[in-house]
Amino acid sequence: MRLAGRGLIDRSKPVAFEFDGARHSGFEGDTLASALLANGVRVMGRSFKYHRPRGVLSAGSEEPNALVTVGAGDAREPNVRATMQEIHEGLQAWSQNRWPSLGFDLMAVNDLAAPFLGAGFYYKTFMWPRSFWEKLYEPVIRRAAGLGALSGQAGGERYERAHAFCDLLVIGAGPAGLMAALVAGRAGADVILADEQARMGGRLLAETYEVDGQAGHLWADVVLAELDALPNVRRMGRTTVFGAYDGGTYGALERVLHHSGRRPRGAPVETYWTIVAKRAVLAAGAIERPVAFRNNDRPGIMTAGAVRAYVNRWGVSPGQSVAVFGNSDDAHRTARDLLAAGVHVPAVIDSREDAPESRDFELRRGAVVCDASGRRGLEAVTIRTAQGEERIAADALAVTGGWNPTVHLTCHMNARPVWRDDIACFVPQEGAVPGLRAAGACNGAFSTATCLREGAAAARAVLEELGRTVRDEPLPEAEDDPYRIAPLWAVSGKGRAWLDFQNDVTVKDVKQAAQENFRSVEHMKRYTTQGMATDQGKNSNVAALAVLADATGRGIPQTGTTTFRPPYSPVAIAALGAGAEGKGFRPERFATSHAASIERGAPMIEAGLWYRPSYFPRDGESDWRQSCDREVGYVREAVGVADVSTLGKIDIQGKDAAAFLDFVYSNMFSTLKVGRVRYGLMLREDGFVMDDGTTARLGEKHYLMTTTTAAAGEVMKHLEFVHQGLQPDWDVRFVSVTEQWAQFAVAGPKARELLDGILDAPLDAADWPFMSCGAVSVGGIAGRLFRISFSGEQGFEIAVPARYGAALFDILTDRAEALGGGPYGMEALNVLRIEKGFITHAEIHGRTTAFDIGMGRMVSAKKDCIGKTMSERPGLLEADRERLVGLKPINADGRMLAGAHLFREEDPPVRENGQGYVTSVCHSPMLGQMIGLGFLKGGSDRHGEIVKMWDGLRGVTTLCEVTGPVFFDPDGGRMRG
Amino acid sequence: MRIPCPLCGTRDRREFWYRGAAVDLERPAPDAGVEAWDDFVYLRENPAGPTRELWYHEGGCGAWLVVERDTVTHEIGRVALASEERS
Ligand SMILES: [Zn+2]
Repeated sequence: MRLAGRGLIDRSKPVAFEFDGARHSGFEGDTLASALLANGVRVMGRSFKYHRPRGVLSAGSEEPNALVTVGAGDAREPNVRATMQEIHEGLQAWSQNRWPSLGFDLMAVNDLAAPFLGAGFYYKTFMWPRSFWEKLYEPVIRRAAGLGALSGQAGGERYERAHAFCDLLVIGAGPAGLMAALVAGRAGADVILADEQARMGGRLLAETYEVDGQAGHLWADVVLAELDALPNVRRMGRTTVFGAYDGGTYGALERVLHHSGRRPRGAPVETYWTIVAKRAVLAAGAIERPVAFRNNDRPGIMTAGAVRAYVNRWGVSPGQSVAVFGNSDDAHRTARDLLAAGVHVPAVIDSREDAPESRDFELRRGAVVCDASGRRGLEAVTIRTAQGEERIAADALAVTGGWNPTVHLTCHMNARPVWRDDIACFVPQEGAVPGLRAAGACNGAFSTATCLREGAAAARAVLEELGRTVRDEPLPEAEDDPYRIAPLWAVSGKGRAWLDFQNDVTVKDVKQAAQENFRSVEHMKRYTTQGMATDQGKNSNVAALAVLADATGRGIPQTGTTTFRPPYSPVAIAALGAGAEGKGFRPERFATSHAASIERGAPMIEAGLWYRPSYFPRDGESDWRQSCDREVGYVREAVGVADVSTLGKIDIQGKDAAAFLDFVYSNMFSTLKVGRVRYGLMLREDGFVMDDGTTARLGEKHYLMTTTTAAAGEVMKHLEFVHQGLQPDWDVRFVSVTEQWAQFAVAGPKARELLDGILDAPLDAADWPFMSCGAVSVGGIAGRLFRISFSGEQGFEIAVPARYGAALFDILTDRAEALGGGPYGMEALNVLRIEKGFITHAEIHGRTTAFDIGMGRMVSAKKDCIGKTMSERPGLLEADRERLVGLKPINADGRMLAGAHLFREEDPPVRENGQGYVTSVCHSPMLGQMIGLGFLKGGSDRHGEIVKMWDGLRGVTTLCEVTGPVFFDPDGGRMRG
Repeated sequence: MRIPCPLCGTRDRREFWYRGAAVDLERPAPDAGVEAWDDFVYLRENPAGPTRELWYHEGGCGAWLVVERDTVTHEIGRVALASEERS
């Protein structure tokens, strides 16, 4: 029911929206909850377990009942709190957890079965038979219980993440937060003021107090205007600070566009902020707690503070006749606000015998509400006084059981809140989060004046710590009423009295948990599911533990609280993952030949973040093998070109570069002549192989190291560690130049002929022996040439600055094609190297030593190096270790599979008979059959033996001959020629 | 978590790469014996409390840092360049 002339809504701006398909109208400034109340809608949802009709309980983010689904299609968002959703033109919202409709819900049958569905019901009932759980119980329970459902579609809305930094983060913009921001802002500190509401002011918007002689919300507007004029203050509305983390880091969620139907191009619907603050003031306020009594979940029963908020801020009354029930002066205040708005108040039921008198309304002292009736909406309450029970007609009831300070963030780093008997609530432990101070209601200061005072004091303390001068300014005048409360958690009596509305947990459930010896608050929580719904028990935790304390004969502080964890209120995974999906999660790195490879129709495969061409298909080729075999043929018979730019390239310079390389490589590099290249093996300190590659000596103090594509980053970190951590006095520096140079392998009998045709100077065979390197010029561009081979053929690698890479690739492939060759991809590259027994990370996979791969002699005896000592352990040098071998099926059509295991021919293929495994396989065009590399116990001692290759997963068994790992041109004549 | 890099200032831990205990700086001589090498390569404490660790400022200056960190409070203590930390 809308009240005339009240509220902070803009009555000149009506807004039309839909709820469950019915059209309604509200005003700008309304939330969905306030607008529905104004339209007389009382039932806004069904409860989780019993499907009882529920109305709105609160006016804030703690709302447990009025959860709705907003939006449609892939933009559908479930479990939106109607109290937080601002209405906008075209808004469509739907109720949840009901079928077929909110008014008639078939699952409400659960409510009738309630005697059987108490605490621990699932644990007790669905234990047996075990096989029924997955097939029957769980699916049925999941369908019956639950809140809203996701759309199941991907990526409807855009989310974003952002970072912010400040001197002071003020969390909450009620009187305490506004005052803190004002004092710090005036002193010139960098301030961020964040508040979860669309409009800042906190309780000042919901109460009728004056501050500095004007209405509270007007005072707030004046302060906000001043803050907005300060360049050092940033206001973040609709922003919930949901977590406190180490180092002054706070997580915050900004709801950027939920209040609007518009989606400007690229604008996110939510932004996940990481805010790093030197200091923080928590001014998060407090959450009012209801009192548990029979049927206290009837639609129309809500917290007293929420009733005042709906009346004063939104100009809405929850009913025609609103009774008030409570245990503090807040009950009286609520009645006065209702009366001032012209709403009938049939009675104020105050549990305190000594409650102050009032002439304004009918006051029942020492009385409680013990029952409520009206299934679809409150019709009457039953009160119990010393004289007996009495029924009072009311269509709404405002309830206050006191206030729970919003201590959550102070507990995110393990601290527990402290119980204060005088105000019957938990308050933050001081110093709970380094750099954070609590002020105002969240600190147990409940009057407006103390909120203002604590906010200002907290800001002043922060300013002093940050070394800023602080001016002493007078505080605004405000009410300073005492907070008089007599604890009241639950009204005794029969029937179900609700504690946790969202998870349908009653007083009886908690007592039953205690009876069954789930006496620890953490056990009670899990047994009853109290506090485990999306509101995380904001409305019920303290009352539930008070009931538990009573049932177990302990005090509240001895019973303790459950653990508060981030986030304070639900955060969509989409927000947390913003920017880290798809390409953001896995950026793409393209070589300079990428476009040309795509143009040639090459399927690209991933190599780390890089994309490399798999093969280059030709018309008429029906599968990759044909393309691959053809490309192998280019290299073996004419000339092939491959982009090898993705290999890591590290430029190493300095007086001690040679000594450094001797230390990080197992073999010698100080003896390498300028203009020559050497293959190097790098070990980890535990003696196992880390990486391999060639390193060229470009000058006396200048080397260029190559790493495998996969290990480039790891090797860079390793080199820096060895230098900075182990040899800091050595004069040597490194820089990764992987992306600065485009590098292409030119391999095959006609490689020299091809290069001779494009280099600016003739390529004389005598000047460029195997494993030489030097400067060249190509088309006037300074480049580098390396006479190295990963294919076993006469091979070169030519490097130019990356900006010329695409052009050079085109020239090289054109020339290669003219010579009867062409580009080759990763498949052919792999075949070529397996035929030659060259290893990759398939072989140096982290569990193999230099000895295992047949390179034991590459660990130089003449010097120390990383990994040398440990590589000499006896167990790593035993002849029967699994060592690198070549494998060849004894039948030419035999299949080989990487990952398959090796056994003696006569042994059954079980683990204890294992002799080794296969690491790399290919079809060799040169041999006309499959070949493979693998590790076999005894390795080279078993050449000529027949072993059984067994792949149990794919059901393949193949007898193979053990050979040396080099299948083709074993003496290397082609490579050197 | 934030780490004050002596060269770059205080930065988010996502800029850093974690290696492990700063024991890695105390590389024994090649002939130090089996026990010394076993300790160096494999044996690590797992304290609830202060630790000395190696972090690499990979997303920053590339410095290896020795960081004192309390595993109970997450508090970061002294941070020094590894290159200046060896005795
Ligand atoms: Zn740095």
